[in-house]
Amino acid sequence: MSGTTTKPIPQLRGEERPFFAAAAEGQLAIQRCPECGQTVSFPRTVCPRCRRGSPVWIDAAGTGTLYSFSVVVRSAIPGYADEVPYVVALVELDEGVRLMANIVNVAPDDVRIGMPVRVTFERRLRESEEEIAVPQFEPAEGAV
Amino acid sequence: MNALEQVAIVGVAESEIGKVPHQTPAGMMAVAARAAAVDAGLSLDDVDGVFATTPYHGVTVTTVSEYLGIRPRYYDGTDFGGCSFILHLRHAAAAIAAGLCDVALIAYASSQRSDRGRLVSSSETSAYELPYGAVYPITHNAMIAARHMHEYGTTSEQLASVAVAARSWAARNPRAFAREPITVEDVLASPMMSSPLHKLDCCLVTDGGAALIVARRDRVVDGRRAVHVLGAAESFTHRNIVAMPDLTTSAAAVTGPAVFQQAGLRPDDMDFAQLYDAFTIGPIIELEDLGFVPKGEAAAFFAEGRTQPGGDLPVNTNGGGLAYTHPGMLGLFLLAEAVRQLRGESGEAQLPDAKVGLVHGIGGALASAATAILAVPEVRVA
Repeated sequence: MSGTTTKPIPQLRGEERPFFAAAAEGQLAIQRCPECGQTVSFPRTVCPRCRRGSPVWIDAAGTGTLYSFSVVVRSAIPGYADEVPYVVALVELDEGVRLMANIVNVAPDDVRIGMPVRVTFERRLRESEEEIAVPQFEPAEGAV
Repeated sequence: MNALEQVAIVGVAESEIGKVPHQTPAGMMAVAARAAAVDAGLSLDDVDGVFATTPYHGVTVTTVSEYLGIRPRYYDGTDFGGCSFILHLRHAAAAIAAGLCDVALIAYASSQRSDRGRLVSSSETSAYELPYGAVYPITHNAMIAARHMHEYGTTSEQLASVAVAARSWAARNPRAFAREPITVEDVLASPMMSSPLHKLDCCLVTDGGAALIVARRDRVVDGRRAVHVLGAAESFTHRNIVAMPDLTTSAAAVTGPAVFQQAGLRPDDMDFAQLYDAFTIGPIIELEDLGFVPKGEAAAFFAEGRTQPGGDLPVNTNGGGLAYTHPGMLGLFLLAEAVRQLRGESGEAQLPDAKVGLVHGIGGALASAATAILAVPEVRVA
């Protein structure tokens, strides 16, 4: 997916940047604590489990299962309002952490909790040339 | 002696509620504060501690103090989401017990209905959620509901029964915003917002303000109308929903056991429960986590009508956020109704012989929690 969009583009600060920089390279970046081994989401500079380590970035496999979702029917969010119904989901990665994403390339009626999904990346471009890549998920091979 | 045993709720009042275009949030707080002080048999001059937070003011405690022309010696503007004011009650008890103030005002108001007709929130959206079109907080609660349905077989009809129960109480409350009775079919026929939540699964958007006066017990003017706090607790599970450990278990699983243990009482001892109902899934998960019913059984409890007038556990006896009023943050209105019930001032919705009840609030999308057990003075901690 590409082209200009009115969909939200977050203003990134600090440790938020590497996550989206990785997405721009087609990688799903999560974190693991070098001290205690905990995988971490959302990204943090201090491990929320042992509090000793500083989590480091690792490449996730990009596969997981759908933990929960909602089909949004009423929305006033720019870029989304005219795309209803769309799916907002929490995906549980094989590494054990969860991410929020849209479930794309599938009819909302065919989305199910527990279905295997895999990452894909959506590039968002503004006319001002502001750009971001966001991880999205789609049904894994043979999921639907 | 613990802090709770040194204080009493002595005054409660609400501003006009519903649509109040002629007053600012600060104005509604001031009107409610003055009325609450009168209700307590005290004056606003006696207030030396202020507890308040709103999404309208960066420092609400100074806004409301300035508006009222008072200059307290203790301030607490903790924002813990919609349940903040139940937490403020606990913090006020701690401050009073520590000698930092004697008479505490807890205040809140919102003009969100007159403003834009939708939730006014100071809650920021994280960079990891902002890109995805989740409509806060509806989509978040919808995902919680969907997971509860997946794990426990909860149905849309059962969710709808929570809204039906709220209207059954609102029908007895002349101040309620939505008084017409509804059926499960009405809820299911209302527009889908964010599946599985329909429009009637979502709370009202209203204006309104409320205030509570908490005082050291030697400042109580009318002991017969004082309400005591037998237990109070606060906790949280997450700020970002990706970090919620289990979408079907809230922080009430911590605060519920804590308040019952403090009070030396059991869920069966409660004459009522005022439960934060921003969405129909809320009271279902809260009732389970607080320990009133085993996990997975609250949806049937609501569907069987057991929380409605005449039921074994009256819930949200003023109609709650789904039918009475919901000005963005509901916590103070839950406390107000509990106090009215314990004083015998709930009119047509008055429960016979209400002596002890539970108030439970949430903040964010079932993220934070504050719980209290309130009782008439003759009920003592076991």
